[in-house]
Order: sequence, then C-alpha cells, then structure tokens
Amino acid sequence: MPKVKIARKSTHIDMTAMCDVAFLLLTFFILTAKFSETDPTPVTIPGSISEIKIPDVNILTIVLGKDGRVFLGIDNAEKRVELLKKMGERYKVTFTGEELKKFSAMNSFGVPIQKMKPYLALDMGARNKTENALGIPCDSTDNQLADWLFYARDIKGKELKIAVKGDKDTPYPMVKKVISTLQDKNENKFNLITGLEANPLDDKKKK
Amino acid sequence: MAELNTDSGKKGGKGHSKKLSTRVDLTPMVDLGFLLITFFMLTITLSKPQTMEISMPDNKDPGKDQPKVKASKAMTIILGENDKVYYYFGTREKGIDPKIEVTDFSPEGIRKAILLRNDSAFKAIKVIKKDKDAGIINDSVYKKRVSLVKSAKNGPVVLLKATDKSTYKNLVDILDEMNICNVGKFAIVDITPLDLEFIKPMVK
Repeated sequence: MPKVKIARKSTHIDMTAMCDVAFLLLTFFILTAKFSETDPTPVTIPGSISEIKIPDVNILTIVLGKDGRVFLGIDNAEKRVELLKKMGERYKVTFTGEELKKFSAMNSFGVPIQKMKPYLALDMGARNKTENALGIPCDSTDNQLADWLFYARDIKGKELKIAVKGDKDTPYPMVKKVISTLQDKNENKFNLITGLEANPLDDKKKK
Repeated sequence: MAELNTDSGKKGGKGHSKKLSTRVDLTPMVDLGFLLITFFMLTITLSKPQTMEISMPDNKDPGKDQPKVKASKAMTIILGENDKVYYYFGTREKGIDPKIEVTDFSPEGIRKAILLRNDSAFKAIKVIKKDKDAGIINDSVYKKRVSLVKSAKNGPVVLLKATDKSTYKNLVDILDEMNICNVGKFAIVDITPLDLEFIKPMVK
C-alpha cells in the first residue's frame, strides 16, 4: 500500500490582522470612554419611560442615598472652587489654597460645611466612608443644601439644571425634604434621574 | 505583512550573512489588546441615564398655581406602604366619603383606574401619535396637538399624595404612570389629615 502523504501545513497564523483589529477597537474605546463617575453612596435609580437625556454640562446633581444622606455634585471644577469660597464666607470658614485645590478635584461631596476641612484632609478612599461622609444637612433648622443651591444658581446663572438622583428605596419623607428645599429656593423645575424602561402601552400596540 | 523579505538583492553577494527571521510572534500583543478592550468596555458608560422633568407648584404663593379643583374631575392617588396605592374620586361631600380603592402598580392596577378616567385624552393622543408615526405631521405639530389634548378642560386632575411610608420609587412610578397614561394635569401635593383618615381603615 502506498503511503498517503499528508502535506504538513504550518499551524502558524499571521496575527497581524487580528492585532490591527484589536488595537483599532482599543483606540475606539479609549477615545469614547467617559468613565462612570462613582457615586458617593450606592444608588439604584428607578426606571421610567421618559426619554429625555441629561445634559453633560451645567448640571447640579443632588444624590440622595437610601439612608437619606444628601450629596451634591457640580460639573465644572473652577465653579466648584468659587462655590466653596462663597459657602465658606457664608459660614465663616476659610479654606487654604490647597484645600480649594482638593475640593476642585471632587465630583461630589456630602458633609456639613463645618466638617469640610477635616473631610478635605482625608484621602480619597476614606471620604466615602459613612462615618466621614455625613451628608449635607437639609433640615429646617440647618438647611445648608438651600445655601449650596442658592450660590450654585448665583454662580452658574440660568443655564444650570438641577437633577435629583435618588435611590429607589429612599423613604418619601427624605425625598420630600429635598423637594421642599428646592421649592423654597424657587427651583420649581427640576429633573429626576431615571433609567430607561419601555413604555408598556407602546408594546401592546405593536402586537 | 509582518514578514519582510530579507533576501532580496542579496543573492550573489559575497557570503551569506545569517538570515534572521523578522517575523515576530504577535500573540501576546493581541492578548494585551483584547485585555485592554475588555477593560474599557466594562468601565465605560454607554447609555446616559434618562431624566424625568417635573415642575412643582410655587409654594410661596400656592393660590396662584393651584386653582380650586372641581370635585367631579379630581382623582386623588395616595401612595401607601409596601407599594400599595389608594385612590378615590372627588372628595368628601355633604358628609359622604368617597369610595376608597386599594390597588398596586401592576398594569391591571392603578393604570387601569387612571385610563378609565382619562380615556378620551389617551385615545386622542394615540390617534395623533399614529399620524406622527405615519409621517403626516411633524414633531412640533405633534407636540402642540398633544399639549392641546392634555390641557383639555374636561380632563381629570390627578392629585398625588405620598404617605411617609412610601418610597422614592413609588413617586417616580406614579409620575411615570402619568406619562404613560397621558394625564395632562397632575400635581404632587402634601397629604392631608383627611386623606390619612380615609385610608386608615385599609391599612393593616
């Protein structure tokens, strides 16, 4: 019987093309990446059928945690510093240049202004701990949230939009505190941040 | 592509220099590439969250934005504990209490009750939407016509009242329900002692 000769083919594959594709995709993802800003407290947002997107700029986010702690986030670093200075003046707290610099790097914060100085001295990891991040007081006796809102509106002007990002399990009295603070400051129009859900009645129509 | 033809023009030359393959194994590089891709894909936020715009009445001058609601058009929705919803139509008249119903957020629950009340507006908007989808009317005309239907005089006025035991999700859900059912006139108002008295026998 004659031997059947099987030609041996090299198992070596040219990886160049694959490499090209991989790095092309990588470039795409790097360029489009906008890192999700971590919330100071874990927040699960409720869903709604609303399709309005939140703007990227000129937005003040009030983060409302499950436990009722209130955090604030403002998008522009320079304006953030200006805001802290004004709040400092109002509450007679002076901040050093270094503290202002640290503050400008923070996306969101949630401490009473009296505690802001030690809070700024903490490192990144410690800031989000519950015992350090006490939340911004917004009771009727000490409503610092109202002051933050007032100065933010003062600095940013009419374009500033206010968005409330609340955890779905936040009890209503805490939500009400925030909403009535907004109303007190004449901010009667604001946004509630929600996740996307399909309109249940639209689906029925299609079937 | 990765291989370069190294022996071109070398033939016949004086002595062969040892040919080294310029072929590089790219596998680790591809590995690295895909590892980074995976990392970026997992960290970026692709979809921006949506927002729901709400306007609250001016609380400095409550009379301005809150005209007296006719009892015949009013529907009161009370958000209770454990995702329960109470609703009633009208108000206490001549000592007779309205019938309080208890339901939940399921499609057969509160939505049915609202749609029952807001049927004409809901159907009208459905027709307008069909026109828009068919391309008969453009976006701005659509919006104008929808707002016209929503502000119709005979439409229901829904008052949303949240008890202290309800959650933020309930509030968003009921506002969402207003959008789904195309209710034009609704307001979030504080709960009154009368409402609490109404729902008291139903809270277990």
